[in-house]
Amino acid sequence: MNPISTSPEFMPSSVTSRRSFLIAATGTGLLFSFTGTTGYAQAATGGFEPTIWYGIDRDGTVTVNVIRAEMGQHVGTALARIVAEELEADWSKVKIDHVDSDAKWGLMVTGGSWSVWQSFPLMSQAGAAGRIALVEEGARLMGLAPGACSARNGIVSGAGKSISYGDIVAKGELKRTFTAEDLAKLPIKPASERRLIGKASAARDIPAKTNGTARYGLDAAVDGMVYARPKLPPTRNDSTVVSIDDSAAKAVPGYLQSIVLEDPSATCPGWVMVYATSFVAANRATDLVKVNWKSGDAAKVSEADIQNRARTLIADPKSGSTVVDDKGVDAAFAASKNKLERTYTTSTALHFQMEPINALAFEKDGIFEIHTGNQWQSLVLPWLAKALGRPEDKIVLRTYLLGGGFGRRLNGDYAVGAALASKAIGGKAVKMVCTRPDDVRFDSPRSASVQVVKMAFGANGQVKAMDHAAAAGWPTEIMAPFFMPKGANGVPFDPFAISGANHWYNVGAQRVRAISNDLANKTFRPGWLRSVGPGWTNFAVESFMDEAAHSVGKDPVAFRLALLDGTGRNSGIADGTSAVGGAHRQHAVVARLAKEVGWGKPMPKNTGLGMATSFGQERDMPTWTACAAQVFVNPTTGKVKVEKLTLVIDAGTIVSPDGARAQVEGSALWGMSLALFEGTEFKDGQPKDTNLGAYTPLRMADVPDLEIIFIDSTEVPVGLGEPATTVVGPAIANAIFAASGARVRDLPIRPKAVLAAMKTKA
Amino acid sequence: MATFKLNGRSVSVTSPDDSPLLWVIRDEIGLKGTKFGCGVAQCGACTVHLDGKAIRSCVTPVAAVAGRSVTTIEALDSKGAHPLQTAWIEVQVPQCGYCQSGQIMQAASLLKTTPQPTDAQIDAAMNGNLCRCMAYPRIKKAIKLAATRMQGAKA
Repeated sequence: MNPISTSPEFMPSSVTSRRSFLIAATGTGLLFSFTGTTGYAQAATGGFEPTIWYGIDRDGTVTVNVIRAEMGQHVGTALARIVAEELEADWSKVKIDHVDSDAKWGLMVTGGSWSVWQSFPLMSQAGAAGRIALVEEGARLMGLAPGACSARNGIVSGAGKSISYGDIVAKGELKRTFTAEDLAKLPIKPASERRLIGKASAARDIPAKTNGTARYGLDAAVDGMVYARPKLPPTRNDSTVVSIDDSAAKAVPGYLQSIVLEDPSATCPGWVMVYATSFVAANRATDLVKVNWKSGDAAKVSEADIQNRARTLIADPKSGSTVVDDKGVDAAFAASKNKLERTYTTSTALHFQMEPINALAFEKDGIFEIHTGNQWQSLVLPWLAKALGRPEDKIVLRTYLLGGGFGRRLNGDYAVGAALASKAIGGKAVKMVCTRPDDVRFDSPRSASVQVVKMAFGANGQVKAMDHAAAAGWPTEIMAPFFMPKGANGVPFDPFAISGANHWYNVGAQRVRAISNDLANKTFRPGWLRSVGPGWTNFAVESFMDEAAHSVGKDPVAFRLALLDGTGRNSGIADGTSAVGGAHRQHAVVARLAKEVGWGKPMPKNTGLGMATSFGQERDMPTWTACAAQVFVNPTTGKVKVEKLTLVIDAGTIVSPDGARAQVEGSALWGMSLALFEGTEFKDGQPKDTNLGAYTPLRMADVPDLEIIFIDSTEVPVGLGEPATTVVGPAIANAIFAASGARVRDLPIRPKAVLAAMKTKA
Repeated sequence: MATFKLNGRSVSVTSPDDSPLLWVIRDEIGLKGTKFGCGVAQCGACTVHLDGKAIRSCVTPVAAVAGRSVTTIEALDSKGAHPLQTAWIEVQVPQCGYCQSGQIMQAASLLKTTPQPTDAQIDAAMNGNLCRCMAYPRIKKAIKLAATRMQGAKA
């Protein structure tokens, strides 16, 4: 199921574990690096160079190189503390460098809540190796045996003597190589001895974000640059320019010219770039430039067309990829006298990150530089190479803070537009800025979806079989098909458009079918949006679990707990892996949640408590999550007020407790926003709502009470940026049912739908 | 060709009179702390003070501030240590941080007129400032912390 396990080239730790760790003194300091020892590592990164994670200079400053994008998760702080923990560094002397793109870093991607999970073993071992080398050399310099010395806070000491890391670097002769086997054997501290991980820490990126000095992509500037705004075509994929009339634009002071972009990478088809000496002029001129496009069928597509296509595809049992395909599903359904079938739908949802997409691009000394915030440099570099007609090593992505990622900047298509804008005028510096409506129209939204879920019960309501089919636009098929594993029937699937449906409940014979909505894929570029597949598949799974429980007369919590029995494939993987404990850990968070909220207690009139649970994103990296929502449903308006959200989370070791809490706060509110406030529709091939006012994310006054509980754990740390998003929607839907008897099966949940469901009560 | 006071200093700009103040501040003057979010005064990322009161610079023509005093996040406090700024750090408010200049400027305006705001007053004053990371609980907490400290400092 997990793409990582099937695509080792996308897992840095797999790659680097086959390298040896080299520690050698350089002229100015120490570089700790992984160096290739096998052809595999060379092949995996294409022209291998050592991958360098941190260095120590002669004054003892440790600089940790972070390849992950900083988009609010304070990832630099988290990763640097992992290194510093084992290195026994002085935290006050640790610096963080968010590096520019370079082949030597290997895969550069920030998403999937993978950063800490993937980096933890790697960075811990890198830190430990450095400490060992420093202790050995420090001991030698002090004339002591290494065994008589220890390191703490950037100092090696023993027998009453001590020497700082900086002095060891300056005076010593460090040369030490660790093989992959050596590294794997390095003892990592027991949790009880940790001094940084799990302890309070201030995020290093925060002060600059309070005084206007933090620099985002939008802030990038070079002397002599011109500004540009794209005139976007009527459709994302299939428009070509027939003619341009810029006569009206010429009246705008500062207007320069309009150019049709030639894009061999087909990333920005039909774009006309409008140039001016300021953004204000480019913006106004763009409105005045008239372009005649020829567009294909996508220009007529509506949200209903997309949903109808999904229903048609689901109805064909041969369509799609069988992600889970147990024997006996059909037989169990045929034999059952008690079956339940429900359909769930979700609307198109936008990223609407605060910083509209933008990039500064220019050619300098033979290198094309693109200055922008980006989450997946390794994905966009090949597109840029194709668009610009130059090799990837002649292109560099300069790193900036992201004014929101949420998956939007995994797709770096906007960098291509800016690069082409520069190329079109001879490599001169172009600052491309999109307005908010441009940003929305060029967004890669979360596709609308349709899901049909069925369950077969035996006598006494035991669950015998479950069948889940989900159809949506597939971002990974469109942008990263190499990332698609194959289902049991040999058909590739987008894991980020089905994960979540392959849950940890023991439901007897199970089938999960993932279906690519070809009409969605054609109409727009589907995107990865915070919490990806489980952000909508879990709405179906957990709403359905509630409906199933009620249909057989069982309590929704008791029903779930019985199915989370931790047997068979749901028993988890061996000790020391991320999924250790399996469904037992999900059982534990659900049980704890029920206790915390007093599940079953009487509620005031029109008020209800609903719950939902999930494993976060992926089975190989489960973040065990449970949420209860307390809502009030206005019986006359259908308006839903969320009064309180309670979350219980087992994410293994928590590296940064306050940062973890912040991520859960934000992601839970994202889940609420997507459940109640956010959704648009395609109309004539474009998102209908292109700015605030029409598109209405959650605001401060909507915020409910939040109670967040982390399970104490020393297991492998897993992701925290997204899991909470997956549970809030279904918890609210289930709470609405508890409060009003209204079962809502479409996201976002609008008051009108609640009122309608209250009337039908079915 | 407007002349106005920016962060205590007189500036004359060449941008056309109908240019939004936001882009004049960012691109002509070069102060990048004030952000662009929606362009229609609905997100608050571009919030600055005009004669001490929060306004949306993305819809304010530069001519409208002629002869008046504009303050941006860079000059809310000379040391960047306004009680709101220190509270923002203490509470670890920012995530991506892009909206936070606007949030802080909006909150500073609120505390001038309402030194001890209630929850409802904070909601009302801050509801126009979108935080896409949804750091709202912390924004509210930091405003209250700053209000308490400012009150204590006066007493």
